[in-house]
Amino acid sequence: MKLGLVIDLDVCVGCHACATACKEWNGESLMAGGAPDYDPQGAEPSGVWFNRVRHYEVGDYPANKTLNVPMSCMHCEDADCVTVCPTGASYKRAEDGIVLIDPEKCMGCNYCAWACPYGARELDRNEGVMRKCTLCVDRIYDQALPIAERQPACVLACPSHARHFGDFDDPASAVSTLSRERDGQPLFEKLGYRPVNRYLPPREPAQVPAPTDLAPRGSLQSKLAAMVNRLIQL
Amino acid sequence: MKPALSVIFFTVSSGAGLGLAVWLLAMQLAGRVDASNRQFWLAFAVAALLVTAGLISSTLHLANPRNAWRAFSRFRSSWLSREGVLAVALYPIAALHAWLSFRQSDAARVTGLLLIVLSLSTVVCTAMIYACLKTVPRWRTWHTPVSYLLYALAGGGLIWIAVSAFGGASLAGTGLVLWLAGAAALVKLLYFAKFSQRVHATLNQALAVPETAPAGRMQGKVRLLDAGHSRGTFLTDEFGFVLARSRARTLRLAMFVLTLPVPLVLLMVGSAGQGGAVPIAAAVLCFLGGVLLERWLFFAQAEHVVRLYHGQQRV
Repeated sequence: MKLGLVIDLDVCVGCHACATACKEWNGESLMAGGAPDYDPQGAEPSGVWFNRVRHYEVGDYPANKTLNVPMSCMHCEDADCVTVCPTGASYKRAEDGIVLIDPEKCMGCNYCAWACPYGARELDRNEGVMRKCTLCVDRIYDQALPIAERQPACVLACPSHARHFGDFDDPASAVSTLSRERDGQPLFEKLGYRPVNRYLPPREPAQVPAPTDLAPRGSLQSKLAAMVNRLIQL
Repeated sequence: MKPALSVIFFTVSSGAGLGLAVWLLAMQLAGRVDASNRQFWLAFAVAALLVTAGLISSTLHLANPRNAWRAFSRFRSSWLSREGVLAVALYPIAALHAWLSFRQSDAARVTGLLLIVLSLSTVVCTAMIYACLKTVPRWRTWHTPVSYLLYALAGGGLIWIAVSAFGGASLAGTGLVLWLAGAAALVKLLYFAKFSQRVHATLNQALAVPETAPAGRMQGKVRLLDAGHSRGTFLTDEFGFVLARSRARTLRLAMFVLTLPVPLVLLMVGSAGQGGAVPIAAAVLCFLGGVLLERWLFFAQAEHVVRLYHGQQRV
C-alpha cells in the first residue's frame, strides 16, 4: 500500500479546520505523542503543528487568485528525513509507506527537520523529540471505529471536501482516480523526494474585465458611478 | 539556518584537532618527530583535547541527549552517524598508537597511517552532514567538504607549528600551512561568487504552480499572503535566520583577514625568531577565530528551501 492524501486546491477555502482537527486529535493521541502548545493564552502563542495552512496569491490582478495550501507530511517514497536520521528513530513503514518517528529512540538533533523541504517536522520542546503527521495511523486501522471514520482527522474535518485519503497503489481508489483525472501535482518535485501526496491544481481564475473596460469614460454609466462615489464620500 | 554556537564550535574544534593529528602523524611517519620528543606528546594531547571538546559540544544542541548513544546505529545511511562512529573509533586506535610509539615499535607506522585516514575521513563526514542535504543548496556543493578539509589541515598545521615553537624545535611546514590557508580562502571566494545570487529554487517550483502555462492551467507568479501563524514557529526559529547584507560583507572581510594576511605576517615574524612562540600562538588564535567566523557565516547564510513556503521568492 501507498497511503497518502489528495488535496484539492480548487475547493480549499483556507479555513484551517484540518489543522485544528489535527491538533485536537494528535494532542490527545498516544501514537503521535502529542502536539504541544507553548504559551497558548499568552502574548506569544506558539506550538507544534503537524499540518499548517498558508495562503498565497497567484497571478496579477485581474487574472489573480487566492491559493490556500495546507501542508503536512508528504510521506515521500525517497524520504531523506529517514535516510539522515542517525538513531533510527525515523522510519518508513514497508506495509503502507507511512513515515513515523519512534520517540523512544529520537535524540532531538533536528537533522530530519533540516532534510525536509516541506516543513513537516517540528521539535516538541517539552519532550525533546521530533513530531510529525502520522496520517492518523491510530485512526485508520482502528477496528472499533465505523469504517467511514477510519480516516485521518484532517480529512474528516474538511468542510469543503478538499481532502481525500486513500491508497495510491490501487489504481481504482478515489485518490488515484482524482489525481489521474485532475492532473494531481506533487509539491517540489525538483528535489526528487517523490512525495506521495498530490495537490489538484485550481481552475484558471475567471477572466474578470478590469473596471475601466466596464464603462467607457463619459458614458451615462460612468457618470452615475462617479456620482455614487461622491455621495459615498460625503 | 540558525547559527547554533555548539555546532559551530564542534566543527571548528574537531576539525582543527583532527588536522593537527594528521600533521603530527605525517611528521612521525616521515621521521621528523618521535615519541622521545616533547612536542610529540604535547601535540597528541592538544589534538585529543580539541577533538573531545568538539564532540562534547556537538551533544549540547541535542534536545534529548539521553538517546545520543543511538546515533552510532545508522552508519550505513546517515552521515551524522558515520561521523560519530569514526570519531569514537579514533580513541582506541589513538591509544594503541600512543603505546606503540612509546615502545618505539614498527607497528606504530600501521596505526599512524590508519589514524591519518580515519582523521581525514572524519572531517569529510562532518562536512557531508551538511553537503548531503538537498534542502540547503548553499551546502550541497563540492565547496563544503573541500573547505572543511582545507581549514582543518591549515588550522592543524598552524597548531603544529605553535607546538614546535613551544618545544623549541624548528618551524617546519610554515610554507605548506600558508598554501593550505590560501587554497581555503580561494575555495571560499569561489563559493561566495557561485552563491552571490539565489538561483536554485523558486516559490513557484515549491508550490508546483507554473509561471507560464497553456491556457486553462493555473499560472502566474506566486506571492505569500499569510503564513498562517501569528508568532514564531519551530520552522521560523530554525530556518528563518536572516543576516543583513552589509553585516555579511563586514564579517566576510574579517574572516579573510583573520585566516590569511594576519597569520602570514605573524608567522613571518615568528619564523624570523622574534618574540619566541608568542606571534605563532597569536597566529593560531587569529586563524581559529577566522574559521569560527567562516563557520558562523556557513550556517547563517545557508538558506533552507522551507523559506520559500514562508514567502521568500528564491533560495
